[in-house]
Amino acid sequence: MSHNKRRSFLVASAAGLGTVALGVAVAPGIRLIEVSHANPVRPAGQPASSAVRWGMLVDTTRCATGCDDCVKACAAENGINETVADKRQGAQWIRKIDIKEAKTGRQHSLPMMCQHCANPPCVDVCPTGASMKRADGIVLVDRHVCIGCRYCMMACPYKARSFVHQPLSGQNPEVPRGLGCVESCTLCVHRVDKGQQPACVESCTTAGHNALLFGDLNDPNSEISRRAAAAATSQIRADLKLNTGVRYQGI
Amino acid sequence: MLRTLLHLIAAAALAAASLAAQAGGVPKPVVKIENPGKCIAPADEMRRNHMEMLKHQRDLTLREGVRGAAAGKAASLNGCIECHASKQTGSVTGGKESFCESCHSYAAVKLDCWDCHQPKAGYKATGAKP
Amino acid sequence: MQLAPFSRAEEQRFYLVAAMGGLVTAVGLLAALYMEHAGHVVTGMTNQVVWGMPHVFAIFLIVAASGVLNVASIGSVFGKKVYKKRAPLSGLLCLAMLTGGLFVLMLDLGRADRLIIAATHYNFTSVFAWNVFLYSGMFAIVAVYMWTLMERRMNGYSKPAGFAAFIWRLILTTGTGSIFGFLVARQAYNSAVLAPMFIIMSFAWGLAVFMIVQKTMFWWNSIELHPSVRTRMKNLLGVFVAAVLYFVIAYHMTNLYFAKQIAFERFILLDGGIFPLLLWGGYLLLGTVAPLILIYHPGLSARRGSVMLASLLVVLGAFCQLYVFIIGGQAFPLEIFPGMEVSSSFYDGQVEHYAPSLPEILLGFGGIAIAFLITAVGVRVLHFLPQDDLSQLEAAASISD
Ligand code: HEC
Ligand code: HEC
Ligand code: HEC
Repeated sequence: MSHNKRRSFLVASAAGLGTVALGVAVAPGIRLIEVSHANPVRPAGQPASSAVRWGMLVDTTRCATGCDDCVKACAAENGINETVADKRQGAQWIRKIDIKEAKTGRQHSLPMMCQHCANPPCVDVCPTGASMKRADGIVLVDRHVCIGCRYCMMACPYKARSFVHQPLSGQNPEVPRGLGCVESCTLCVHRVDKGQQPACVESCTTAGHNALLFGDLNDPNSEISRRAAAAATSQIRADLKLNTGVRYQGI
Repeated sequence: MLRTLLHLIAAAALAAASLAAQAGGVPKPVVKIENPGKCIAPADEMRRNHMEMLKHQRDLTLREGVRGAAAGKAASLNGCIECHASKQTGSVTGGKESFCESCHSYAAVKLDCWDCHQPKAGYKATGAKP
Repeated sequence: MQLAPFSRAEEQRFYLVAAMGGLVTAVGLLAALYMEHAGHVVTGMTNQVVWGMPHVFAIFLIVAASGVLNVASIGSVFGKKVYKKRAPLSGLLCLAMLTGGLFVLMLDLGRADRLIIAATHYNFTSVFAWNVFLYSGMFAIVAVYMWTLMERRMNGYSKPAGFAAFIWRLILTTGTGSIFGFLVARQAYNSAVLAPMFIIMSFAWGLAVFMIVQKTMFWWNSIELHPSVRTRMKNLLGVFVAAVLYFVIAYHMTNLYFAKQIAFERFILLDGGIFPLLLWGGYLLLGTVAPLILIYHPGLSARRGSVMLASLLVVLGAFCQLYVFIIGGQAFPLEIFPGMEVSSSFYDGQVEHYAPSLPEILLGFGGIAIAFLITAVGVRVLHFLPQDDLSQLEAAASISD
């Protein structure tokens, strides 16, 4: 797809929506205008809609080894700030993985987090229904119902979930989290519902890496859909047929 | 376990308290309203129903993604905190004087909400790389 | 055979034993309270090895609980007299161990205080939720079954009730096995052999536990088990132990040759440190080969205590096997990118360490103590000592010899 066509489309749609203000406030311009289109604010009192499926595209060719801006942004946004004596007991909602193809020696670096599957194994196995998928495809743990059995952690093929091993304090008001429950990337649901992007995506974009793209996979005109249509993207452990909402490009 | 036990004790205490109240012996809890404005519903209704409202809202928000309310005001927990946090401590909990604990300590209700929810108004968490 | 009423000294001994059981249970409870209060930081479990020692104990107790009922089934369903005499004890043990296992499982939850949620919110696609049903159903069915056994007027119904219990426990063990079988993402558990393997393991473990309890009770009452009964039961145990071995071999073979989980098998069988050690030394040598020798060697098997020792070894082997299965299965790195070398801050691609902490081990023993306590009190109050009809046994023995 040519860049020009995309731009004119975007300008038109952005103007139509009249929500440019949000985008312009934060450079670098055009990308964020796209975002304001991709992610309209849902009116108060309205539930999430299944017409939307939120997803993320990770361009691993732009993701640098050693860069962990997204991880830091996630921790700041979600108040993941506790000190844990044994790091293995600490929560990680997003992490950087370095992989090397055994045969060719080709290396990639990429962020790994909840893949927001359309057929999530965690939701299938959860005994109380605390693991759940919202209508718009975001997989969450309802921590009012979670009993901390950790079956979902056993079932997750991506090790995307963490169990809170110790009492916490100083949480971010918008991101409650606490002892004895399982948690994972929420795709920054509290931000998305306000029309913002997940913190990791925003930080990656602001820093100019542009390795992460957030948007609606159901909307054929969203940038994420168009990029996914134009370039080869892959789902991790595609063999499990989970239909993940996070897609990777370049591996 | 411990909490279940506490709940049981709480229920017993509440029953005892209401009996005592009927007898007219025990003083009512002092509920301080420090910020002006209007609650999301009449005070009387709030006293009776706030737990149901909160539970309803939390399911709506979490499971269906409803934020705010189309008409009126949503029973958002963060909303309660913004209005009801103490001017001194900035919090709705911590000590018998605090808003959410004023009645609860009297009625021996123990909430687990603050295990996760930030009880302070306008709090900004710091982030650190884990 | 009539038992003499309890003597004073015997009475005191009983209270001592019961108090010991109570003490261990109390310590287990305290450990659980501590874990809940401080959080799972005080355990060896991590975000990499999420299920630990409590699950080893709980799953042993639950699987063996279903297997111990086998003794009753052989009596009621297959009409074997010797086993029928043991049906009430078998039922009691089943309930006791099921209680102990669930005790451990529930108290290990991150939010044990929300048990009420587990009882009221069901997700019907979850194998875990099915198991909650299976366990409560098991309690009900076994209770009814025991009633038909103990209440003379109901004796006529003991066969259908026994049959129902038999079927139910097969489903229950399948359910327990499926908890793991459904974890398709993990190399260790993605195997169709698991469900039948758990059933046969339950037979062996349950019978071993039964023999231990029976022997202890007979010893307590200074009675000897009749040799013909002893021979029959020990041989059955031998068959079960051998059958488990067959399934264990089948499990590893299918992993190696069909599923191509070569790296995982290498880890478990060769270079996984503690896991191969526990598998070869604990499960195979101590838990399988040694009991089989004790059971089948003509000289050894005749010795006093050899069957008891064999049963104890089978239980020890079971714990080793479960440890390898549950912990080993998690310690082996999850393959997120098949065929690639992986590294991250979250220990991707690394073999995990797990060191169980004292509270979680105490919790596990608490579960065993509860089962013990229920059994001891039940046996005491309800007179569950298996009483063989000696004249009949003599007659039978002289015919078959
Ligand atoms: C184990 C952690 C945990 C506990 C304990 C907990 N919550 Fe929550 N709660 C959450 C999370 C996570 C959210 C989702 C936040 C979001 O997406 O905005 C949430 C959201 C909510 C919401 C909707 C958001 C808002 O601010 O209105 C309400 C209402 C709520 N909780 C009420 C409660 C009440 C009342 C209690 C105590 C009885 C409680 N919660 C205990 C984790 C918890
Ligand atoms: C806009 C600010 C505001 C918000 C939001 C708010 N309240 Fe109130 N609330 C008030 C005020 C002001 C009063 C005193 C009203 C009166 O006395 O008529 C009050 C009264 C109450 C009372 C009765 C106290 C008494 O006098 O016994 C309860 C209970 C209560 N609120 C609970 C809540 C809960 C729970 C929430 C969140 C779901 C909440 N409030 C949200 C402002 C607020
Ligand atoms: C006017 C007194 C009063 C005030 C103020 C009050 N509560 Fe309550 N609350 C109660 C009483 C009484 C109960 C117990 C009701 C019962 O057990 O039936 C209760 C119960 C609850 C419950 C349910 C507890 C459970 O375990 O089911 C929640 C949640 C709750 N309150 C939240 C709050 C929050 C949050 C605030 C502060 C914003 C608050 N309450 C302020 C009186 C009060």
